[in-house]
Amino acid sequence: MSTLTALARVQAAHHGAAQQICTVRHLHVHDRPLVLVPLTLAGETNAPLAAMVGDRHGNPQVLVVPRPRLREQRFVFVERLANIVLSYVDGFTDDVETLPAKRKDDEPRQRFTDAPQVWVPNPGGVEYLRLMGRMTRFRQTTGDYAVAAGVPQLGKWATWLAEQAEYPDSSVLVAATQALTGFWATGQSSLEDGNLAALMGWIAPPAGMTAEQAAATAEDPILCPPAGPATDPQFDRLVLAPALRDLEEAPSDAVRVRVQERLTLALREQMQPTWDRVWQAIGLLGAQQPGGSVEQRWAADRDRFSDFVAYLRDTGHPQAKRDSAVLGARKLHDMERRLANFEAQRAFDDPLVMGEQRMTGEAFTGIVTWSDPLRTVTLSRRVLRPGIVVETEDPLRLVAGDADLRDPQRPNQKASILRLSESAGKISVSLELQGGTGSGLTAPPGSVPAVGERVTYSRLQVSYMSPGQFPARDQTPWTHGGPPQPYAPATSDAAEDWS
Amino acid sequence: MENTEQRLSRLRGGGDPEAHNARTIAAMTRNPGCVRRAIMDAAGVDKPAVAAAVGHPTSIGRLSDFAVSRGISFETRVKSEGCAELLRLLREQLGLPVPQAHYEDLGSTGKGETVSGRYLRSKAMLDTAEQGTGTLFDHPLLRLSISGVWAYLEPDLVAFQLGEKFYVIEIKSFPVIDGVADASKVAASVTQSAVYVLALQSLLSEAGRDPGLVSHEVILVCPKDFSNQATATLVDVRKPLAALRRQLSRMDNIAALLHLLPANVTFDPELPAMELAQALTQASARYSPECLAACEMGSFCRAEAKGSTAILGRTVREDLGGVDAVSTALELATGRLQPTKDLLQAAHVLRLAQRMRTEALAR
Ligand code: SF4
Repeated sequence: MSTLTALARVQAAHHGAAQQICTVRHLHVHDRPLVLVPLTLAGETNAPLAAMVGDRHGNPQVLVVPRPRLREQRFVFVERLANIVLSYVDGFTDDVETLPAKRKDDEPRQRFTDAPQVWVPNPGGVEYLRLMGRMTRFRQTTGDYAVAAGVPQLGKWATWLAEQAEYPDSSVLVAATQALTGFWATGQSSLEDGNLAALMGWIAPPAGMTAEQAAATAEDPILCPPAGPATDPQFDRLVLAPALRDLEEAPSDAVRVRVQERLTLALREQMQPTWDRVWQAIGLLGAQQPGGSVEQRWAADRDRFSDFVAYLRDTGHPQAKRDSAVLGARKLHDMERRLANFEAQRAFDDPLVMGEQRMTGEAFTGIVTWSDPLRTVTLSRRVLRPGIVVETEDPLRLVAGDADLRDPQRPNQKASILRLSESAGKISVSLELQGGTGSGLTAPPGSVPAVGERVTYSRLQVSYMSPGQFPARDQTPWTHGGPPQPYAPATSDAAEDWS
Repeated sequence: MENTEQRLSRLRGGGDPEAHNARTIAAMTRNPGCVRRAIMDAAGVDKPAVAAAVGHPTSIGRLSDFAVSRGISFETRVKSEGCAELLRLLREQLGLPVPQAHYEDLGSTGKGETVSGRYLRSKAMLDTAEQGTGTLFDHPLLRLSISGVWAYLEPDLVAFQLGEKFYVIEIKSFPVIDGVADASKVAASVTQSAVYVLALQSLLSEAGRDPGLVSHEVILVCPKDFSNQATATLVDVRKPLAALRRQLSRMDNIAALLHLLPANVTFDPELPAMELAQALTQASARYSPECLAACEMGSFCRAEAKGSTAILGRTVREDLGGVDAVSTALELATGRLQPTKDLLQAAHVLRLAQRMRTEALAR
């Protein structure tokens, strides 16, 4: 949270309409996403009850577990879900592109030209997939507790997707509420924003309703069924419990079929509004102009997708229950590096995000009032170090001597602050520039900001993704538990209770 | 002169005070600065009835029947055969040296025993329990004084005595998966356990024993992974315990807060809606969005706080430099309002934010 977003909330509350907090969207929005709206049975651990799933708004598949306490029925559900999800994912493994090798001695790399993108209504949907993955990836397709081949395969994919969702720069698994609040601020609190219907009420209220009316309606579970995975306790009592009981007690198949139809219809009614809203959210966000680096981040998602497909085709062991010490450290390192890059990229793409930096004085925007592209200094030899002066009204916290500042328009040029002087509420910043001007003693035209130009300098930078140095699996030092035991499929895992 | 107890009774519209339970007592610590809540809780006002009467019905604390029955069946399992499963966990998982355990059921005898009678029985049993052996006390009846009125608590828990120490054991039905449980659920049950710890401490002091004998670690028993198997964890409750003590002592001083209310005000749910709503506004509230999940009055107080920055959340309000009203924040930001001295800094930041937003969105 920041003052900029806080002000946007105030404006939203005042105008009764959500306000943009970004000028461009930073999320990749797929043109063929898969939407999944899951429901679970209260009281049990991630016990599937129903789901609405599909890659076209007008054509959802409705999956229902008529007797959700029966283990076999749960696996039947998972198998059907697996068929849909896996065929969607497989659809992206046909077209490959070849990229030059990263290092000299490597082979050229291949990666898929597209990757899957799964949407769920809220973070609860992400957690659902994580638990679903944990529950199914260790299952075996042979032996006493055999399940269909798709079950453990879905488990590995669900685990992978949920893992990616931990990184804010990844767009392969998206929670609609988070995607929306990343772009709009509402006139309610972030707690209430967790309710997809209330949030959408602020962004796009139904015809004839104000945002506040729409948000209020969204809190009534009868008018507006919750977005799940948990169902409304009233629905459980008045609709679900009687239907489940009638199914147990059905005297004939004909009755059972009728009750099942009734149950399916009722569950469909619970999911349909959420299903529609997720698609509406995708449409609204997709219509926004994407930021300049969205494409690049999606390419990184495609890289990771390609790697995972290769992994599955190779050993394909299910992911461990807990990360080994080395893997844990590597993930932490990745997380920090990706987070920093994501922050920088967003700020470079979007003046509102850069505004956050300027508010805290870590960045400033101003007009160039003086420019000397030919300035040189003598180090061991004479070198070109152009100088400029920028006049800003921003509340600067940077001081003389601060170096390694960059302007998003010239990412290869570093600036350091020589002097600051203040007059009439404005600060003049004298900067020395280095890089991005070629090798000679004259800077090519345009490579140095000219008088009158508007520039922004900050400490943010996009670093190249140098993977950290970590010991290989089998070199894990004893201080970190030694080399991890390779995963060996255990029958006990495959037989694990699901009750 | 009306005494405090009489005033509290008149506040709730006569009749018996609402019975508190561990959940409602735990919830009292959630917004300790709110006078409205402190008074309503102290008087035992039927908050759900009041909320409904003023047009803001609440669903707080409402659970799915499925969740309830799962909770019961898990608890039954863990406690079956004289808590055999529980004892195994205590020995094997927590490594407690339980030689041979006794099991005492302190549940209601059903023979017309009064609540206070049952409490005395619990007290006697817990007091005279033989030391040195492990004893499990099932269904003890405990009580806590809430602003001078006894609230009886009938936990589904077990108090466990080992050596000198008493432990509170709480059985919950949310899972611990690969060693990790949902943090918000853990936090909620820890606060509830703290209520029991406090009640057990007060029982021991009444019996003339050292309340310090109650361990500040409670034993949380949950289903393991996706199964019906149980797993046990020791959890420290010192922090919620301290918060609870503070709030309860605040409510013991309820007389001081009552003086803030005009003498004719009552929160009788039978009052006409307008009158009741009017009465409520006489006790100052301190709304924040967290109230929605923690207090039955949440929806009413939110509607009352309309136009204030409080409804946007605590951090938002802080980011706005503590400015109270949405309109003030906007007018300061656009420069239409000259800031008073205490708002100078806030106004400066808001104007800057306004400039940045306008600049960025115009381009
Ligand atoms: S909902 Fe109202 S009465 Fe309850 S704690 Fe919040 S402000 Fe106080």
